[in-house]
Amino acid sequence: MNRMKKILILSTLLGFSFGVQAQGDPKKPGQLHGNFQFLSQQYSEDSLIGATVPPATTAINGFGNLMYTQGGFSAGMRFETYNNAIQGFSAQNRYKGTGIGNRYIQYQDSIFNVTIGNFYEQFGNGLTLRTYWEPNLGIDNALDGARLIITPKKGITLKGIYGRQRLEFDSKIINADGIIRGSDAEFNLNSIFKSLAEKQTHLTLGASFVSRYQSGETRFEDSLVFLTPNNVSNSAVRFQLNRKALALSAEYAQKINDPSADNAYLYRKGKAFFLNASYSGSGFGINAAVKYIDNMSFRADRNLKLFDVPTNYLPSITKQHTHNLAATLYPYATPLTGEVSFMGEVFYTFKKGTKLGGKYGTQLSVNFAAANGLDTTRLTGIEAYTDGYEINSLKFGPTKYVRDFNLEVKKKLNKKFSAAFTYYYFEFNTLVTPVTNDFKGIVYANIEVVELNYKFTPKDNLHLEFQGLQTDQDKGDWATVVAEFSHSPHWSVALIDQYNYGNSTEEKRVHYLFGTVGYINGSQRITLGYGKRREGVFCIGGVCRAVPATNGFELMYTASF
Amino acid sequence: MRLSISILFLFVSIGLSAQETLPSISLKDLNGKTVNTANLAQDGKPTLICFWATWCSPCKKELNNYLDLYEEWQAETGVKIIAVSIDDQRSVLRVAPYVSSVMWPYEILLDSNKQFAQALGVNNVPHTFLVDGTGKIIWQHNNYAEGDEAEVHEQLLKLKH
Repeated sequence: MNRMKKILILSTLLGFSFGVQAQGDPKKPGQLHGNFQFLSQQYSEDSLIGATVPPATTAINGFGNLMYTQGGFSAGMRFETYNNAIQGFSAQNRYKGTGIGNRYIQYQDSIFNVTIGNFYEQFGNGLTLRTYWEPNLGIDNALDGARLIITPKKGITLKGIYGRQRLEFDSKIINADGIIRGSDAEFNLNSIFKSLAEKQTHLTLGASFVSRYQSGETRFEDSLVFLTPNNVSNSAVRFQLNRKALALSAEYAQKINDPSADNAYLYRKGKAFFLNASYSGSGFGINAAVKYIDNMSFRADRNLKLFDVPTNYLPSITKQHTHNLAATLYPYATPLTGEVSFMGEVFYTFKKGTKLGGKYGTQLSVNFAAANGLDTTRLTGIEAYTDGYEINSLKFGPTKYVRDFNLEVKKKLNKKFSAAFTYYYFEFNTLVTPVTNDFKGIVYANIEVVELNYKFTPKDNLHLEFQGLQTDQDKGDWATVVAEFSHSPHWSVALIDQYNYGNSTEEKRVHYLFGTVGYINGSQRITLGYGKRREGVFCIGGVCRAVPATNGFELMYTASF
Repeated sequence: MRLSISILFLFVSIGLSAQETLPSISLKDLNGKTVNTANLAQDGKPTLICFWATWCSPCKKELNNYLDLYEEWQAETGVKIIAVSIDDQRSVLRVAPYVSSVMWPYEILLDSNKQFAQALGVNNVPHTFLVDGTGKIIWQHNNYAEGDEAEVHEQLLKLKH
């Protein structure tokens, strides 16, 4: 039966693709895109840093995407392999074996765009729906089902989605229990109305509705009986307004009662509001945001947590840092229960020929973000189980979550030499964002980074980074040195040494030394690394994953075509 | 498994005769207007498509370094640079103020959920594509190191001849 099914699918696919090709526009030939990536690690024991060796002693993660497009038709699939997955890739062991982890067919013309199979979609800012793929972080919450996008008129986009989300890969896709249905409508008024086309004010309005079906359950707690709802909806409205250099955007989302593992099975409604304003002048820019989130975790399965099947996306208010110590020791993530937060940022370029700008100009950026818990009072009696708490005000609650100040100055001194200085100040609550097991409370940290860049020849470049972190909490002080030499366009050699010289335990004052050699040829890149990696947090975009300490070799290959 | 191999062969065999052009994805510009990526190539002149993010230092270095050469490149080859940001919702609103502060004259597009990046097989940023005047992708480079602009220039000049 299974074999029959496979043959049937194959022949349908074959027929479809050849059929479309036969009718295709000869001016639009078919095109094939894709990519490969694999990361293989070999492990050696190092009890000092806590590096352990899995029984197989080595591990590999790999994937290859293949996407074929001809005219309006496209189809694609991804092969994945984890034998076994690299250490720390998935705490819940969600990645195993080799097989197809994603497949779809799609057809689009000027009005309709239909997809069957796996797809990634985002409604508005993602407060109601965001499915995405971040292979380096082990995130793939792809929807598996159907999507229809209709553009009846320029400026109007209507979307409908229906499917289940990918939870796990075990030589094949394993989807989560819940069924996700949703729709989104967006209207760009300047494109819709001819009279507004030339106006300097641009306005886009949007609304979305997403609902999860998961069979209700009966729960017993303290001799009380609770029923969880079959259907949970999450809806939002939004706008984006641009006028000359000014941009303003906002979104408000509300979720009905959704008792879940994330909120200790409370029945309270979820609310999220976010407002952003920015001004972009010549040579400078200002950006400010406020965010309020209360109980907005929304997943395809109410009983799952952490990285498993998030349906919406709650980005962090802090800047995504790139310097090693700032990025990997104390990265902040929005607590799913809620936060009140704001952020302000200024970018400025001192122009060429001015006193501070010098011959080439000087770039400056200053950023500050703050988040606290909600201002609430715990409820008692039956309400302690239903609503849990009540909101006193929309102001900052008493619990500090994060303060993040950073300032960066970049300057090119002459044709060969450029330098940058960055300063960070963090107050970071490790009880709320559990990035360390060594300290629970607020970490106060100063970080300084000096970067020097020297071009020996137009193709040979040396990049040096000296970083220092001082704190009386957690693991104490750190120093990091990064040296990277590149010979354009093919070669690079890098060495990083992280030294925990301030650790209160003397034997933990370890040098984490890691070296890499990389070769790049067009879209292909191969990197060989060796050394010690410390336990830490690895982030891309707005999402972070905890990685264990490792010691050994690493080989990475990536290619696109 | 046999099914997978068959489909792989199917794609590859069709692909061998295929020409690389830009896929059709709807992206937004900084004003919220929709732009179809299939129409990004300039008619008769080259287009450089650079994937970047505000949190990616080498990406910003690449586009800042191109800035010093852009006028010269444009006069010589008519090239247009399109900087496609893959910043997600956490940082996408930082794109406009950052771009204006460094005064990039490039066309900026937002690919917040990486649909265009994935359709072009982009694994990591920076990733740069050179599209010729007929809309064909003729060169690409993953990563950026100081001096890579010399290779971009070389590729641009090759197109001219």
